[in-house]
Amino acid sequence: MENLIALLIAAPLLGAAVLLCGGRRLDAVGHWIGTVLAAASFVVGVVLFADMLGKDPENRAMHQFLFSWIPVGGFQADVAFQLDQLSMTFVLLITGVGSLIHVYSIGYMEHDERRRRFFGYLNLFLAAMLLLVLADNYLLLYVGWEGVGLASYLLIGFWQHKPSAATAAKKAFLVNRVGDVGLSIAIMLMFTTFGTFAFGPVLEATGEATEGKLTAIGLMLLLAACGKSAQVPLQSWLGDAMEGPTPVSALIHAATMVTAGVYLIVRSADIFNAAPDAQLVTTVVGAVTLLFGAIVGCAKDDIKKALAGSTMSQIGYMVLAAGLGPIGYVFAIMHLVTHGFFKAGLFLGAGSVMHGMNDEVDMRKYGGLRTYMPITFITFGLGYLAIIGFPGLSGFFSKDKIIEAAFAKGGTEGWILGGVALLGAAITAFYMTRVMLMTFFGEERWRNQPTASPAEPDVEPAAEHHGAAASDHVAAATGEPHPHESPRVMTIPMIVLAVGSVFAGGFFSIGDRFIHWLEPVTGHAHGHPPIGAAAVTASTVAVMVLGVGLAWLQYGRRPVPVVAPRGSLLTRAARRDLYQDDFNHVVLVRGGEHLTRSLVYVDHTLVDGVVNGTAAGMGGLSGRLRRIQNGYARSYAVSMFGGAAILIAATLLMRAV
Amino acid sequence: MSASAVHSLWTTAAEPIDKIGAPDIEYGQLSPTLIVIGAAVLGVLVEAFVPRKSRYYAQVFLSVVALAAAFAAVIGLAAGGYATTKSGIVAMGAVAVDGPALFLQGTILLAGILGVFTFAERRLDPAAHGNRVDSFAAQAASVPGSDSEKAAVKAGFTTTEVFPLLLFAVGGMLIFPAANDLLTLFIALEVFSLPLYLLCAVARRKRLMSQEAAVKYFLLGAFASAFTLFGIALLYGYAGSVKYGTIARVVDGTVGEVSPALAGTMGNDALLLIGAAMVVMGLLFKVGAVPFHMWTPDVYQGAPTPVTGFMAAATKVAAFGALLRLLYVVLPGLRWDWRPVMWAVAIVTMLGGAIVAITQTDIKRLLAYSSIAHAGFILAGVIATTPDGVSSVLFYLGAYSFVTIGAFAVVTLVRDAGGEATHLSKWAGLGRRSPLVAAVFAVFLLAFAGIPLTSGFAGKFAVFKAAAEGGAGGIVVVGVISSAIAAFFYIRVIVLMFFSEPRPEGPTVAVPSPLTMTAIGVGVAVTLVLGVAPQYFLDLASQAGVFVR
Repeated sequence: MENLIALLIAAPLLGAAVLLCGGRRLDAVGHWIGTVLAAASFVVGVVLFADMLGKDPENRAMHQFLFSWIPVGGFQADVAFQLDQLSMTFVLLITGVGSLIHVYSIGYMEHDERRRRFFGYLNLFLAAMLLLVLADNYLLLYVGWEGVGLASYLLIGFWQHKPSAATAAKKAFLVNRVGDVGLSIAIMLMFTTFGTFAFGPVLEATGEATEGKLTAIGLMLLLAACGKSAQVPLQSWLGDAMEGPTPVSALIHAATMVTAGVYLIVRSADIFNAAPDAQLVTTVVGAVTLLFGAIVGCAKDDIKKALAGSTMSQIGYMVLAAGLGPIGYVFAIMHLVTHGFFKAGLFLGAGSVMHGMNDEVDMRKYGGLRTYMPITFITFGLGYLAIIGFPGLSGFFSKDKIIEAAFAKGGTEGWILGGVALLGAAITAFYMTRVMLMTFFGEERWRNQPTASPAEPDVEPAAEHHGAAASDHVAAATGEPHPHESPRVMTIPMIVLAVGSVFAGGFFSIGDRFIHWLEPVTGHAHGHPPIGAAAVTASTVAVMVLGVGLAWLQYGRRPVPVVAPRGSLLTRAARRDLYQDDFNHVVLVRGGEHLTRSLVYVDHTLVDGVVNGTAAGMGGLSGRLRRIQNGYARSYAVSMFGGAAILIAATLLMRAV
Repeated sequence: MSASAVHSLWTTAAEPIDKIGAPDIEYGQLSPTLIVIGAAVLGVLVEAFVPRKSRYYAQVFLSVVALAAAFAAVIGLAAGGYATTKSGIVAMGAVAVDGPALFLQGTILLAGILGVFTFAERRLDPAAHGNRVDSFAAQAASVPGSDSEKAAVKAGFTTTEVFPLLLFAVGGMLIFPAANDLLTLFIALEVFSLPLYLLCAVARRKRLMSQEAAVKYFLLGAFASAFTLFGIALLYGYAGSVKYGTIARVVDGTVGEVSPALAGTMGNDALLLIGAAMVVMGLLFKVGAVPFHMWTPDVYQGAPTPVTGFMAAATKVAAFGALLRLLYVVLPGLRWDWRPVMWAVAIVTMLGGAIVAITQTDIKRLLAYSSIAHAGFILAGVIATTPDGVSSVLFYLGAYSFVTIGAFAVVTLVRDAGGEATHLSKWAGLGRRSPLVAAVFAVFLLAFAGIPLTSGFAGKFAVFKAAAEGGAGGIVVVGVISSAIAAFFYIRVIVLMFFSEPRPEGPTVAVPSPLTMTAIGVGVAVTLVLGVAPQYFLDLASQAGVFVR
């Protein structure tokens, strides 16, 4: 059975190789090759899962050693895999959601000339992401980590003819590099501390290292997680990443890759457990991000950017839970999985709406679409109910547990974290209701509205010229849109994900299934919130109703203006992503420019001065010494005589001393 | 006193001698030297008896065969264990046959073979009066520019004596690092020096410069030899013997027996120190260490280039071999006295060679100063006074000699109307005109500079490592700084060849015969092999690194 693990990665990797090297002759079948291989990987995952269920919970981890990668003295790096319950969860999520999104993309990318290449990149992403979660050491994980970064870069910039997409790809790549540096430093610290970077030995040896070292490693891992998972302060790239095709946003920037940071923290649980300071910083990062993302999500009129803010916020919940330690790990992963379902579903729904609306992304030009695209409406609506935590749906179970765990942290910290999480839940309900109302309810604001007009200062002109727009709606592209339901190849994945959004949470929670499943890997401690679990649940539901109600007052009862009003100070700030880019520009870009300029100045004057001065000095010395060589044998003889005299005198002197 | 009384004094003072015991000579173990010297004597006979037309071929054939046979003999001895288990002292204590001796003899013989190839090159100069000519004067004895010179050129004379002279020089060099007493050392010194003085004088072009170089070399060489000889006398006065082993034991104090004739001087440390310093000075002259280096640029520049290449390689090998044996076998008990002095010599040699080379404008002078800097690097290995020091020096010498011969062989190819175009300005843009030749020369320059993947790096790394482990870390720092300075002028030549515009009236690159091509090709091959896979040869040098005492 262990030998099947490599097959999980090999299938999509083969797909990527075939599709990217195969050339145009595969254009006609490329998308099927990609989809079949993704599905094959999913099937292998299910087989392994079934096998794992048949085993004793404590002995479910499987290992596969492939080959010794870098054997250099004491530095041993292997290509070896570890499949335990945590990895298994990710494998099923990645291959399952991944396969669905492959299917969806067949329809969504139907008219794109470069569809084969798109599927090649998607397969490449699957392979890298699976490598990330299956590696049995941090160095190999790093390979997967960089691999998903590359795939993300390629897919964000897939429509590279758009300058905004190319810039967004570059931005994502650069911001991620900052996090990657953190991961590489963490790995180096592990090697110097433990002499290895394989999960088993490192995590077993945490007791031997000082807390200071572990805190340093933990903070570096957290930096890496912030980069990949778009957490404050490295959050700025995710909104722009929405330039990528919508299936990419669904798979990579909502369901899987952006959760890699949470995986990293939970995988390194033993390090964080032994470094309370690093845990505290983790919870703070999570809490700040969940508010940050939620506030940004409230102000965005671009449907994908609103969802991106939501993603940031939901991952903030997961990071917060992961920072809470053993009382939170399981819930972090559980929320990750349920979020994978409903957020992927929401993004696919958004893609479906755009598909029917000439690629318009501005929600102010939607409205009343529920009758035109009923399947999209229902699936999107179920995802909406799941994310706001409507009782009985997936998000309710997972988010409520995180809020409980945050309160259960105890002390002032517990109250603050719990309060923030609760506030986040209210805002979540507000902004998701806003999205829902602006898109599917209210008057049909798209009537007599030529789409794709750059009315909004903060909304990118809807320039997402994917193939569907280019051919299906050539006539309509400049005029009034004709909303319609998407083809079945797109709606079926949405339906499947909606089912997951509805039932996954309940399925996991009944009998604490998910806790028992993950406990052997992450450990689990029951948290007891000071006000009682029932009170927490009640408050969660109450704030959710409050959020929905507020949104209804603002967007349901009153008509939504087509042109965005100026808005309050907070709204304007949120539209500009709370000035994150401005901050980065002033502090990092300007600061960096000043730093490089002063370094260049120092280099020119001081370093070059010393170097050139030395060279000139040597040249001068050489010219002077050269004159001693005057060509007269008698001078040479004198030199030899003098040399001999010094030699003899020095030898005698040595003895005298 | 009457005549008869004087006579009786003579006869009574010495017992009548019945017979002189025949010395034991181990001909087999001495065979490399004997073959070469024998071939040299044969070469003189060839000059006397073989018709002028055939002499060149006879001499080249004889030289190559003799050197190859001698090399085979060295290999045979090494394979027979004479480098390790069976090493010993032969010829009544005069010559040592051990690892360092055989390793260096092998190196000298290979350098000699490549030297013969470059000596025998006859395709570079345009034919004079229908006769192919080599790098040597038609008739060395004729006055430059005189009628007799013109007549000799017209008659198609060639100086084929250079081949036996080379063989004599090689013969002396073979004994030099193996000499096990001071008199043998001195005789070997003269045996290889005198032929070299002559060889320097016989250039075909720029004859006055060549003769000037030879005279300078001879005068200064004789001066240095005088120091050496006087030092030998002082050491004899100190130890009562010229044998290395005996001197070493007297230095250690393990020999208490005092020869009655020398009772007044024996064990006098002043004699020992002054004598040792003077002998060492003679050897430092031969390796070209500062401040005894001043002959080097003038002689390297004036001598015929094939002679320069051979001399630069083989002399350095032989002289460093002798220096190693002297310091490691005779004077190890004195190392606290000589090490600081040699430190100073090594430092000024490395820095002096590298710094003065920066402003050179003639490629042969540049290589001369480069050889001075390299002498300093090798001295760093000598100073280590560890077995690793010996083996690293052996390896360095082997690597360096091939680079040197190859580099000077390339110099012979770049020519204009006046013969070799040695001024650096004429090398501008050579890489555009003759990429292959320029690339080969670049390889040699990179090896001189000690860039990885060339033998120069492996050698330099070995000596610096040995020096650092032998407690001479300061030397290594200076060595690395000097290497950095030296890299400047090596790279400058590469930049000049590849990144400058060729001059319109620039030199042409002559197409050599297979002889020079072989010399250059072997040089490049050895440089790269020792650079890429040095371990086998480092092991070889380390097995050969033990002196017999």
